[in-house]
Amino acid sequence: MAHLNMVQAINQALGDEMARDDRVLLLGEDVGRDGGVFRVTEGLQERFGVERVLDTPLSESAIMGAAIGMAAYGLRPVPEIQFMGFTYSAFEQLFAHAARLRSRSRGRYSCPLVVRTPYGGGIKAPELHEESTEAIYCQIPGLKVVVPSGPYSAKGLLLAALRDPDPVLFLEPTRLYRLLREEVPEGDYVLELGRARVARSGAAVTVIAWGSMLERVLKSVENYDAEVVDLLTLNPFDAETVLASVKKTGRAVIVHEAAKTCGFGAEIAATLAEEAMLYLRAPILRVTAPDVPVPLAKLIDQYLPASERIQAALDEVLQY
Amino acid sequence: MPEELLATFEVRRLGVLNERGEVDQALMPELTDAEIWRMYELMLLSRSFDERAVALQREGRLGTYPPIHGQEAAQVGSAFALAGGDWVFPSFREMGAHLTLGYPIPQLLQYWTGDERAQKVPPHLNIFPFCVAVGSQIPHAVGAALAARYRRDQVAVVTYFGDGATSKGDFHEAMNMAGVYTLPMLFICQNNQWAISVPLKGQTASATLAQKAIAYGFQGVQVDGNDVFAVYSATRQALDKARSGAGPTFIECLTYRIADHTTADDAGRYRSEQEVELWRDRDPILRLERFLAARAGWNLEKGKEAKARANGIIDAAVREMESIAPPAATELFDDTQATLNPRQAEQRKRH
Repeated sequence: MAHLNMVQAINQALGDEMARDDRVLLLGEDVGRDGGVFRVTEGLQERFGVERVLDTPLSESAIMGAAIGMAAYGLRPVPEIQFMGFTYSAFEQLFAHAARLRSRSRGRYSCPLVVRTPYGGGIKAPELHEESTEAIYCQIPGLKVVVPSGPYSAKGLLLAALRDPDPVLFLEPTRLYRLLREEVPEGDYVLELGRARVARSGAAVTVIAWGSMLERVLKSVENYDAEVVDLLTLNPFDAETVLASVKKTGRAVIVHEAAKTCGFGAEIAATLAEEAMLYLRAPILRVTAPDVPVPLAKLIDQYLPASERIQAALDEVLQY
Repeated sequence: MPEELLATFEVRRLGVLNERGEVDQALMPELTDAEIWRMYELMLLSRSFDERAVALQREGRLGTYPPIHGQEAAQVGSAFALAGGDWVFPSFREMGAHLTLGYPIPQLLQYWTGDERAQKVPPHLNIFPFCVAVGSQIPHAVGAALAARYRRDQVAVVTYFGDGATSKGDFHEAMNMAGVYTLPMLFICQNNQWAISVPLKGQTASATLAQKAIAYGFQGVQVDGNDVFAVYSATRQALDKARSGAGPTFIECLTYRIADHTTADDAGRYRSEQEVELWRDRDPILRLERFLAARAGWNLEKGKEAKARANGIIDAAVREMESIAPPAATELFDDTQATLNPRQAEQRKRH
């Protein structure tokens, strides 16, 4: 067992899988010689060569498009898009092709690729480097959306994603890259995609969060009898675990750093309304960013859900 | 610092067979009489397929369909040069290439009825599904070429697109990447001079499309796209080059879209009948028939027989296509993913 941060855990997962499976290769901007702008792929080009860790031109649509062609050919490419804000350039490829290739070729071709991209705010980076638009990608049938919340889940989920027969968007919470260290087994282990975990047990309220918000939620609920569900996979999300918890506590608060309107919290709230309405003792609350573009560093703390706002929501639902 | 001349370039157009049916012997590719006759049959088959598809659409038996009329030489000539293992990433107006590569004809028609099952390409053909989002298939070909090289497979990767696609970002990104990695690729552009209502000069200020390749560090050539021998020859040379590791080639086939953009379009709104007539006279099939008359004993009677055979093949294919049972509602869910997620499984059960 090693005490690793998330950068190290992801690097280990990539290296282990590349050693195990020669179909796995990495491509993206600065992923080779430079080891990625966050050093997540550090040392992998030296270890596996330039054919398996490709430094590409600055070309997000072609990175994604080329990965689709590679996957259809029988490889398991791992394209890195340097920041989530740059996935928009690759959106058509992801939406119109990666997610639909199996369906539109009626199974003749499939698209087993893992798009890795850092997401989320709070790292004092320039414009479009701190996006959290995961919900957009959850509206794409055929694409899985996975969000680890720490080093342990990052390695286990990435290994699962790399072995998944279909495309996976793997969102790495940038703010947590080096913030947390956890015990991470050196060997192989996978965390099944589509399974949430109960990160903390409690009886009075269920808080549902994922990725970058989980660490903040856990700190915020220290003085509450709160159960925290860490979704880990957004699409498909583990409704069973969420429903079981909310049916037990009767209260639900959803926390995400994306804007409120049509954020993924809306999907969870709708599911709770459809399937657990009669168990609820209080309104479902969402603690989210406001419906404005992600600001630069000076206002990011006013934008992201702060502990006080999370606690205010808990206090409110606990009044019922 | 003095000014220095850093680059000059030239762009060539290849033509082998002129409108009178005469070939330039020095440029004529090596082809047996049987092969040439086969190309002729495939061009007739393409024409017949196209005429029938348009007619079926008018009768409500097919959905919206994009005609290939006039582009038979560009499609048959290029596809005829490919080898079995080569990969093809088409757009949606290359049915002549599909027919040349042996795509089952009933299945080809079935797609245009709106039946996605027809995109299940037979296992012996490395053809990607039709791509309707213009130009977005071009980067896929880059990936396949990278994969082929990684696997040390001696295959070439071909992508087809039209003049409109050359304005898209994906065209630029893919061409750029193919140049950077010296990939075994052919970019085959059917420049039919119209992207729905926008003529070529509204698409680019470049004098030719072929010259765009120069900016990406590889060769671009324009060929007379209504000259099946020129198209074949350029494709053949580019394939040899790709397989030898010398990198990609851009081939601009200068041709013309005789028909509407699709059966839902009315080209009379934006272009003159005189222009269309000019290009009807340059028909690729007529030109080949003139050549065959001089060299291989073609005459009106033999031409009629060949056309009747092509029509017969298409008749049988239409009958077979129309006997295919429609998809069941649950097929909506088939192949969405390797395994349906719990919500999808529930939706399927209730559907």
